[in-house]
Amino acid sequence: MAERQFHPDTPELRAEWDGFAWTEANAKAAAEIVARYPAGRQASASIPFLDLAQRQVGAMTDTQGWLPIPVIEFVARELDMPPVRVMEVASFYTMFNLAPVGKFHVQVCGTTPCMLRGSDDVLSACFKRGMKKGHTTEDGLFTLTEVECLGACANAPMVQINDDNYEDLTEDSMGKILDALAAGQTPKPGPQVDRTTSCPEGGPTTLKKMAERNYDYRGQW
Amino acid sequence: MTGITSLTDKDRIFTNLYGFQGADLKSSQARGDWDNTAGLMKIGQDEIIEVVKASGLRGRGGAGFPTGMKWSFMPKAPTAGRPNFLVINADESEPGSCKDREILRHDPHKLVEGALIAGFAMRARAGYIYVRGEFIVETEALRKAVAEAYDAGLLGKNAAGSGYDFDLFVHRGAGAYICGEETAMLESLEGKKGLPRLKPPFPAGAGLYGCPTTVNNVESIAVVPTILRRGAAWFASFGREKNEGTKLFQISGHVNCPCVVEEAMSIPFRELIDKHAGGIRGGWDNLLAVIPGGSSVPLVPAEQIMDAPMDFDGLKDLGSGLGTAAVIVMDKSTDIVRAISRISYFYKHESCGQCTPCREGTGWMWRTMERLREGDAQVSTIDKLYDVTKQIEGHTICALGDAAAWPIQGLIKHFRPELERRIAERQGDVREAAE
Repeated sequence: MAERQFHPDTPELRAEWDGFAWTEANAKAAAEIVARYPAGRQASASIPFLDLAQRQVGAMTDTQGWLPIPVIEFVARELDMPPVRVMEVASFYTMFNLAPVGKFHVQVCGTTPCMLRGSDDVLSACFKRGMKKGHTTEDGLFTLTEVECLGACANAPMVQINDDNYEDLTEDSMGKILDALAAGQTPKPGPQVDRTTSCPEGGPTTLKKMAERNYDYRGQW
Repeated sequence: MTGITSLTDKDRIFTNLYGFQGADLKSSQARGDWDNTAGLMKIGQDEIIEVVKASGLRGRGGAGFPTGMKWSFMPKAPTAGRPNFLVINADESEPGSCKDREILRHDPHKLVEGALIAGFAMRARAGYIYVRGEFIVETEALRKAVAEAYDAGLLGKNAAGSGYDFDLFVHRGAGAYICGEETAMLESLEGKKGLPRLKPPFPAGAGLYGCPTTVNNVESIAVVPTILRRGAAWFASFGREKNEGTKLFQISGHVNCPCVVEEAMSIPFRELIDKHAGGIRGGWDNLLAVIPGGSSVPLVPAEQIMDAPMDFDGLKDLGSGLGTAAVIVMDKSTDIVRAISRISYFYKHESCGQCTPCREGTGWMWRTMERLREGDAQVSTIDKLYDVTKQIEGHTICALGDAAAWPIQGLIKHFRPELERRIAERQGDVREAAE
């Protein structure tokens, strides 16, 4: 099991977060989310609500966002659930940050397919920039986490930084991405070598016509 | 009987696999999606199930259970208070697997159309697509496709003019491998921790919200419209008997050009790699071992897999499995003990903690694997480790315990001399240091 702990529930934390409520846009998003589930089954919205809340905290703190206990309690009230049920969900699912994180959450995949293709080098680019696993850099810019398989194995090694994947990395290209983010630039997500998504490098071995135009193969059926 | 084991472009289902073209409704329709869907549905619910059965389609999520048969377990006359549900498993988290991602972001309309047809066949009132939390961009692409389908009248009331009402919702998780297990997925969808349920009752009896539910993999559902259009015999013409169809293979690790590609089932391993992945890094003599179906299946040594057919039964014969067809290739530069130990760490991290053998065992196995990696153990430790894997296997609610045990069993079976070599080397070093 993943070891996870809540951030201490202190009077300071309460003072900062007890008044948490949806922004106007998120209140609308929340209503749309609840409508996806049958009446009386609003607990199904606990994961999407926590995600929305974490994103709102992120926008408020200029970080990837996290879940202070008062925010989790807010979600419980919104869904008419006992707070402990929502806390269980928050602590079970690893995408919920239980402690503050930096502006960029650097999640390097270290599972075997990425390991075989050089995730050690990707981590090394992070270490050289002062990052430590499980820690946030002093300037509050980067939090480094080694995560488990993110499902982009044909483009290994890869990293997910906030919502974007950067794939087919080397130590050099990973370094460039981190430096660009630190400089306030927006690096291009996806493969960092000359290839399209999970198509083989050097061009497709199948469906070559599709690379040229939206081909309809039905004529050949 | 041996079917066709090499695919040509005209028989590929996922023509926009790499996203060279748009994933929007109009582009998808130009490629043939949503073409007279109501006409396909007109043959009737049970007839659709019969076609899927006859096509030989086996579930693409790993277990390989016949899809049509699974659908036939659903109640034929659901009541308003207890509707049938379709749940589509897009919690693609098995290390090595990255095929559903391509469907979600590049060919989502195949999945949405398949959901309507499958939902109709199993008399489902609604479907939920459970996407893994980390597929953020992919979920947005899928949501866009679902919204487009609603706007065009292809979902909702009288979906696609078929006279059938069907709703489809997208639900994104938040990072838990275990939610790929079907009953854990249902728990998670109900807003709880993803702890697998005891079976029976099976989901077809009591699933989501206690209602009859079928959980299918993304690829299983997305191929259905094409099977109906081209006929069961067409699909069944590929691959060996009982292993029919086309399949998305995901090739990662030490090949020259890792990729995802659709091929015929039963394609020989060597052909798959040479044709699409540019061969093994350093040539075929440099191949050490392959994990042919995602991290849960035991590895297969080079000489056994080179000419093996890539299908359910062919790989089962080698003591492994096709799983999700996530092919992880390892060349001779690989520290094979570390590679498997990293998989052990994965299972330790992802165990839900519900069953003691798995919760405690995955951690113990990983720590032991790390000692074996350094050779810091006795030869008897290997036997002890094997014994522990056997005590975990089959003694947990879900298959995560098995999945954690099998890779280690595969390592011990095929690479025991390497484990012993490390132990002997370390003992030699220690002795030398003492002198």
